[in-house]
Amino acid sequence: MNLQIKNGQVVNPLESTVIKTDLFLQDGKIAGLGSAPKSFKAEQTIDAADHWVLPGLIDCQARLRDPGEPEKANIESETKAAIENGITSLCIPPDTQPPIDNSATVELIHHRNEMFGHQAQVYPIGALTRGLGGEQLSNMASLRANGCIAFSNAKVPLANNLVQRRAMDYAGGQHSLVIIQPLDHDLLANGCAHEGAVATRLGLPAIPEAAETAALAKDIELVAQTGARTHFGQLSCARSVDMVRRAKAKGLPITADCAIHQLFLTDHDIGNFDSNMFTIPPLRSQYDRDALREGVADGTIDCLCSDHQPHEVDAKLKPFPSAEPGISGLDTLLPLALRLVEEGVLPLAELIAKLTLNPTTIMGLPGGRMGIDEVADLIIVDPDSHWVCSASSFVSKGKNTPFEGWDFHGSLTHTLVAGNVVYKR
Amino acid sequence: MPSNSIQLDDNGKLRHFLSIEGLNQTILNEILDTADSFTSVTDRTIKKVPILRGKTVANLFFEASTRTRSTFELAEQRLSADILSLNVTTSATVKGESLLDTLQNLEAMQIDMFVIRHQDSGSAHFFAQHVRPGVSVLNAGDGQHEHPTQAMLDMYTIRHHKQDFSSLRVAIVGDILHSRVARSQIHALNLLNTAEVRVIAPRTLLPMDTESLGVSVYEDLEQGLEGVDVIIMLRLQRERMRGALLPSEKEYFREFGLTQERLQLAKPDAIVMHPGPANRGVEIESSVMDGNQSVILQQVSFGISVRMAVMSMIVGQSGLQSGSDA
Repeated sequence: MNLQIKNGQVVNPLESTVIKTDLFLQDGKIAGLGSAPKSFKAEQTIDAADHWVLPGLIDCQARLRDPGEPEKANIESETKAAIENGITSLCIPPDTQPPIDNSATVELIHHRNEMFGHQAQVYPIGALTRGLGGEQLSNMASLRANGCIAFSNAKVPLANNLVQRRAMDYAGGQHSLVIIQPLDHDLLANGCAHEGAVATRLGLPAIPEAAETAALAKDIELVAQTGARTHFGQLSCARSVDMVRRAKAKGLPITADCAIHQLFLTDHDIGNFDSNMFTIPPLRSQYDRDALREGVADGTIDCLCSDHQPHEVDAKLKPFPSAEPGISGLDTLLPLALRLVEEGVLPLAELIAKLTLNPTTIMGLPGGRMGIDEVADLIIVDPDSHWVCSASSFVSKGKNTPFEGWDFHGSLTHTLVAGNVVYKR
Repeated sequence: MPSNSIQLDDNGKLRHFLSIEGLNQTILNEILDTADSFTSVTDRTIKKVPILRGKTVANLFFEASTRTRSTFELAEQRLSADILSLNVTTSATVKGESLLDTLQNLEAMQIDMFVIRHQDSGSAHFFAQHVRPGVSVLNAGDGQHEHPTQAMLDMYTIRHHKQDFSSLRVAIVGDILHSRVARSQIHALNLLNTAEVRVIAPRTLLPMDTESLGVSVYEDLEQGLEGVDVIIMLRLQRERMRGALLPSEKEYFREFGLTQERLQLAKPDAIVMHPGPANRGVEIESSVMDGNQSVILQQVSFGISVRMAVMSMIVGQSGLQSGSDA
């Protein structure tokens, strides 16, 4: 299929440019930018005048709840949500049930995506330790051969520092990426809200910053010790941004992301115990939110993710501390990213790099680039359309959103995967 | 604050009673005045008024309670309500029923008012958000958030002895971090324009940014007691030792226990309060607890009239006169 996208404002995250030009797609790849390749004859043409054309988004942290929690979501429902929201690749953490610590589970995920999926690429992140138990290393080489793109212990921190050191050594020795969500479970305790005036007033068990920063400090030291290439996920504290910034300046092989909702919400949004505002790490202070935005702007934070955690209705229909944490984020990833551009955090191409070029570079994935011979996973966005966020129109099976009623600018009109239109509004 | 809208109706009258935060001075004073009119009922031979006749009140206690629960039940009886008391720790939720299902099943039994104690902060708000219109929720303690009727009976006790809040210094001593009573008291004292509210505790029992609640913080008991009119001691829960929050009861008593000697630092006419149950020899010396400055037992009896006041205001009847005609 030869497809031409004409007159679009083409966003190139590598060059940090937005240029009005034509794109020519052939054999699933970008075959021409500006000028058609020889003997190109378009079978289909999309007029993208006044629209943005971007690489499809890469979500470096999204839970599809598959296998194991069909009441919350599954690969079918969530890849559909991804595609209809401009996300063409999903990296999924290993805390499925069973965890992604064996090749059979990896194959099951791939198989389900082929059978029931909606064209989004699903990239499993393997468990760093067996059963995420923190005692025995997982079969990382086999998992990698089966398609695991990195290794992580998800939200289950390694209680034993020696095991963590060895896991990082082993992964590093195989040139595998280690992904760590820094979290000290002793300091996390039974907390459910940022330790500050809001938790104090509401009497909510508090999560101190040190639950993240004490773990992060140790993790950074272990990167220095082992040299293992490490990506820190879902940072939430100002002090964490500072620590990562300094570690990067020292030349350590570190990258980082934060969940996009952390750039918009603070603990004040908990309001009257709104359980949709319950996340781990928790929504922090305005100060932290601003520091995270600075980290995004200056490159300390390389990627943004949805930290998608879809839930069934009952999981949130509980008093705040008993509700399950997490936000259904696939439906709001793109609009929130565009809002960051609107709010002047970064220009469009630089911001989009955090959802395309940077995650593909860090995770070693195809896509995320706007160049000849790159895979033609692309999305087209109408920047002028206005809409109001409503959970009832979410494509994701999870309707747990804190962004109900928010005004958004810009909406997706097309999603292309490997040069084919797989979604059109 | 959003809590205004859920607790109060369009005319600013009580619809639920969930937290002191979000209420105003007028309502607090109205509760105290209404309680005054009920105190006389409690002293009568026939202690009943018909304000809640024909109404059904469900007492849902997901946590153990002796005095709160029994004073609520007495208050309900004296208002002539039909009462359904459930000890939920031993019933449906243990069998896996969700909180919401429990609520809806009880609603199907035409309950008019729920009195709820639950271990989760925010659980009373959660109930109030999900009950049918016309059904009221009273918070009898939600997690570490608020215990508003306890705070109001404490305010009643203080007013009984001291009249004007605006000249008072009040010290709250003990485990502020885990105390729903302290949070409600602080809001109430501030709404009533108390001159100074102090909290006194070791740092491990103080939440982050305690000052943001509108109090001054003391980590030294003796400094904190200097010149106060009211001392409110909080109960120290034994499990605090296990969580490494404190070394031992003995050391706590040494640093934060209220003794006769330390009581001398307060004003000579200072009153000593405790929401109970008290641990003698841990947070308070027996001689202080039983001494002539202690008003601890009075607090318990005032609890009945204050709870009667809140419930009668919720059904739209402020005080005894209108109640007697019903």
